[in-house]
Amino acid sequence: MNLLEARGLKVSYGGINAVKGIDLEIHEGELVALIGANGAGKSTTLRALVGLEPPAGGAIHYQGHSIIRQPTHQLIRKGLVLVPEGRGIFGRLTVEENLHMGAYCRSNAKEIKADVQRVYARFSLLQERCRQAAGTLSGGEQQMLAIGRALMSRPRLLLLDEPSMGLAPLMVQKIFETIRAISAEGVAILLVEQNAKLALETSHRGYVLESGLITLHDEARALLNNQKVRHAYLGE
Amino acid sequence: MMTALLTNWRNLKRNPYAVWLGFALIGTALVLLPFVTDAALGRSWVRILDHTLLYIMLALGLNIVVGFAGLLDLGYVAFFAVGAYLYALLASPHFGLHLPFWTLLPLGALVACMFGVLLGAPTLRLRGDYLAIVTLGFGEIIRIFLNNLNTPINITNGPQGINMIDPIMLGEFSLSRTHQVLGITFSSVHNYYYLFLLLTLLVIFISIRLENSRIGRAWVAVREDEVAAQAMGINTRNVKLLAFAMGASFGGVSGGLFAGFQGFVSPESFHLMESIMILCMVVLGGMGHIPGVILGAVLLSMLPEALRYIGPLEEALFGRVIVDPADLRMLLFGLAMVLVMLLRPAGLWPSPVRQREFTRHD
Ligand SMILES: Nc1ncnc2c1ncn2[C@@H]1O[C@H](COP(=O)(O)OP(=O)(O)OP(=O)(O)O)[C@@H](O)[C@H]1O
Ligand SMILES: [Mg+2]
Repeated sequence: MNLLEARGLKVSYGGINAVKGIDLEIHEGELVALIGANGAGKSTTLRALVGLEPPAGGAIHYQGHSIIRQPTHQLIRKGLVLVPEGRGIFGRLTVEENLHMGAYCRSNAKEIKADVQRVYARFSLLQERCRQAAGTLSGGEQQMLAIGRALMSRPRLLLLDEPSMGLAPLMVQKIFETIRAISAEGVAILLVEQNAKLALETSHRGYVLESGLITLHDEARALLNNQKVRHAYLGE
Repeated sequence: MMTALLTNWRNLKRNPYAVWLGFALIGTALVLLPFVTDAALGRSWVRILDHTLLYIMLALGLNIVVGFAGLLDLGYVAFFAVGAYLYALLASPHFGLHLPFWTLLPLGALVACMFGVLLGAPTLRLRGDYLAIVTLGFGEIIRIFLNNLNTPINITNGPQGINMIDPIMLGEFSLSRTHQVLGITFSSVHNYYYLFLLLTLLVIFISIRLENSRIGRAWVAVREDEVAAQAMGINTRNVKLLAFAMGASFGGVSGGLFAGFQGFVSPESFHLMESIMILCMVVLGGMGHIPGVILGAVLLSMLPEALRYIGPLEEALFGRVIVDPADLRMLLFGLAMVLVMLLRPAGLWPSPVRQREFTRHD
């Protein structure tokens, strides 16, 4: 069964149709890439999936139930979690306070504490800086924090919006390693990326979004060999 | 030196006896304060103390909206007005109603709460400057309504205001009379002082509890980044409404107390300038930090009164008044605020979170 399934999803801003009826599905534990040019509607799609943008049409099913028009805070309790574009960390709160915010919807203090330690084990850098204001972290550290914070809500499906944006190559590698590790632990991931090559090499399947429409979808390896994709997104 | 003091202070804070001793000392000081003030500065200063307590409640109420949730509200005095007029209408000869204090107090909180939601609901999507303008308009609308609701049906008695409001009665005990207890004379301003003190402590207690609750954390998240707060699973709409409602309820309580204390209310008391004054208390003291906000309220409600001594001081120094004391008073007051904001941009006693914005981490 599909963990998430969108059918004919449409989103418009005023008169502008940003997403024009797309079909998308993600299976349990799968890593799926969504690639496309600037302004193709990738972020809009993710925002609509988690209820941050009201869809103008179409259906979204999560774990077999329709989640259309369900507010974000209810979806997060079901494990559907977005790491927004630009990370959206709480700059004036400390690293640790940020992590605790990620567990806002949970109540078991003991489990939360254990999960904070788990995040620290994954990102030892965050532990060193746990009392530092998050806004003073470097871009890469902030991205780690954003992912760590999302993990605090125990996601089943993690939506990552351009996690490698603005990072140096070494940090990009590290972020992708983390994504692979999280995926290996059974969390399904929908990965939006500008870095199409790395995204497709990491993913099982991929979708190509062009001005609000899905123009291609296939196994990630097939897309990597696709002439059109190579030309448009891999710069060959 | 500073660090040594701080560590000593931290150690002291961990010692339960020291904490209790501290509470006992502060408590005794607060109980004795009106008598000491009366003896040292005169009765009028005890009245200023009473007003200060009302301002502390107001500042703490606004602090929930502005400090905790980060929603700029320039019309906060409206809730003070709602509380005051509710009390005035239901406990005065104006309608011939004389409800008891113990029903008026929670009723004032509740009605102000409702007005808070009324203001909050349409402004949920607004932030910053836009929100400030709408709240400013809301404050003015309330005042203009109070000013004009005397025709065709006389509800608020218009600009004349409402007179002969019942004093606050605790059972048979009228706070407006002088009482002798154990040979000590408690005049009206003393009686009100103790009631206001009690309620101020309650408001402080509620503020602290709120700040450390789940709701408190949600407010912080909304203040820092609303979209991220949503992504954390926070119902930002409800959380913001709750901030408006809670903040308003403190204002309503304070307003009711004000009406009973003064015995007279008129729209004059609820000008935009009052809203700005309360906002200044919050900002100057330390937005979002309860001790700072209390400090701000104390300083800003007392400073203008203290500056009234400028006239006599000028005469004593120069033998005549050189600069109009009223002008000089506002000038010094403004200057003091500008200086504080320049020297301590996060407020006199800022919260750790706001402090972080102004200090570099290396
Ligand atoms: N809040 C908004 N109001 C109006 N138009 C918007 C809004 N957000 C996005 N758009 C428009 O919708 C289209 C898709 O935007 P979106 O942010 O989804 O693109 P994207 O694929 O994420 O691009 P990028 O790779 O640059 O992040 C763009 O044309 C954009 O201008
Ligand atoms: Mg985007």
